[in-house]
Amino acid sequence: MNTLIDWWHRNRRNTRVVWMTFIVVGVLLALLPFAIDAAFGRTWVRIFDFVLLYVMLALGLNIVVGYAGLLDLGYVAFYAVGAYVYALLASAHFDLHLPFWVLLPLGAVIAAGFGVLLGAPTLRLRGDYLAIVTLGFGEIIRIFLNNLDRPYNITNGPQGINLVDPAQLGAFSFSRTQSIGGITFSGAHKYYYLFLALTLLIIFVSIRLERSRIGRAWVAIREDEVAAEAMGINTRNVKLLAFAMGATFGGVSGGLFASFQGFVSPESFGLMDSIMILCMVVLGGMGHVPGVILGALLLTILPEMLRYVGPLQQQWVGRVLVEPADLRMLLFGLALIVVMLLRPAGLLPSTQRRREFKSDNANAPAGTSTTA
Amino acid sequence: MSALLEVQGLRVAYGGINAVKGIDLHVAAGELIALIGANGAGKTSALKAIAGVLAPAAGRIIYGGQDVTRQPSFRLVQQGLALVPEGRGIFPQLTVEENLQMGAYCRPNDASVHSDLEHVYGLFQRLFERRSQKAGTLSGGEQQMLAIGRALMSRPRLLLLDEPSMGLAPMMVQKIFETVVQVARDGVTTLLVEQNALLALQVSQRAYVLEGGVITLQGQASDLLKDSKVRQAYLGE
Repeated sequence: MNTLIDWWHRNRRNTRVVWMTFIVVGVLLALLPFAIDAAFGRTWVRIFDFVLLYVMLALGLNIVVGYAGLLDLGYVAFYAVGAYVYALLASAHFDLHLPFWVLLPLGAVIAAGFGVLLGAPTLRLRGDYLAIVTLGFGEIIRIFLNNLDRPYNITNGPQGINLVDPAQLGAFSFSRTQSIGGITFSGAHKYYYLFLALTLLIIFVSIRLERSRIGRAWVAIREDEVAAEAMGINTRNVKLLAFAMGATFGGVSGGLFASFQGFVSPESFGLMDSIMILCMVVLGGMGHVPGVILGALLLTILPEMLRYVGPLQQQWVGRVLVEPADLRMLLFGLALIVVMLLRPAGLLPSTQRRREFKSDNANAPAGTSTTA
Repeated sequence: MSALLEVQGLRVAYGGINAVKGIDLHVAAGELIALIGANGAGKTSALKAIAGVLAPAAGRIIYGGQDVTRQPSFRLVQQGLALVPEGRGIFPQLTVEENLQMGAYCRPNDASVHSDLEHVYGLFQRLFERRSQKAGTLSGGEQQMLAIGRALMSRPRLLLLDEPSMGLAPMMVQKIFETVVQVARDGVTTLLVEQNALLALQVSQRAYVLEGGVITLQGQASDLLKDSKVRQAYLGE
């Protein structure tokens, strides 16, 4: 892993190498669903669709937490907003069937609006206090979705909304299995390419933002808000922008989720989901796009892989000793702890975060020896 | 001579307590002015109100011919009014150079940022030596240098310095004041708030003495240095 990163840092100025890398990575990403389908089956293609959804979500939360340093524990609410906007306006529930390409941007804009709605009253809050308010916000959205079936049935309550229209562009449906040029594409395959395109777009936007003036303003706010203001940064607008941008990504992934799954219910948008997305960001490396992608990839795949602990016990011991569902979260938690112990700044930290941790560690032994 | 900064009847209050009770002062372009006084006299409050960090309870602040009372501080920075706050307020996790670049945030990014960086490194050799070091690991004096250097990166027309000598070793204080004089000589108008009255009066042209939120004395710094009341109250005679 490290040799690969070093190789990339040595060659990143070489245009030819960079383009060749892009092409190779592009071809690999394009072939990936077929390779997975052949090796592990259709279920795993769907799991990789979810990997891409979570990459988008984690990159959205990364803007708020990683770049601007605002701890948001209710991020899944924006995912919910995007999903419900799509589900309500493209299903039999209201008998509305608006087209996919209208609903996706609409969901993103409405989610951004909710982002500002959350950001505006919390402008003066930081750290723990902000975390508590955002946590409450996430729960409020979920509870609203759960209870807005009376007196007028808007969200259909805990039953959720089913038969949501699949993504469709013109006559091209993403859900139907179809043969193009002799190759059979299942729905999961087609959604993979749709998600991949949007993920690449979100990665591009994230990297551009990180290197922009706004990105530098976010760094300043994360470091010291008062000093940031003294640099001539309009901290209010810049913070609201962080919330709105993060929420936009969440709204897009929510719309995609609804169209892909065909069903949404409040159950999908609980506190645990917010925390899971936050784990992806922290474990991968806050504020660093490649790290966050890796975090989302690992934390989506790992729980799925741990489902196999049941059959494995059957094979080795002859019977199931511990329920896979119980063991799964236990092993998952263990894996998280091990990673955070070995790589406290994340698996792939940004240079800045690596610096923060390095010097903190360098100072620690000196501090402990003086107190002894 | 038209004043770059004019403060009229400025009052600052925290809750019901008045920290600054209606002061008038002015700073002309090119001047180095000191505002001296004991602990709790209201110096920092006055400076914060001028910089837009605190909202004044009453009074007017006119900067560059325009009424800027109650304007948010970030907008004043964009108009060339830079505050070096008490306790410095640097970005501890960023490197020295990243801190300085952050100072040029509100300017269009161009080649002049680079030449200004050279200029600041010229003023503070120490910052150049430590340019890739985390700012939080600098000594107090170096952090003060960095805070001043960072403020200069915004190309200020008016520099507000809040207690640059606070908590520093005497040698470092000497060094900081030499730079303040140098910066003022380069044409940056400066308003200096300082508890160390002797030093402040030695470097400034005019000065105001603040006592309990009111200006009790003002005049040429050289006259104030000779004034018996000033000598008794602030110079330890």
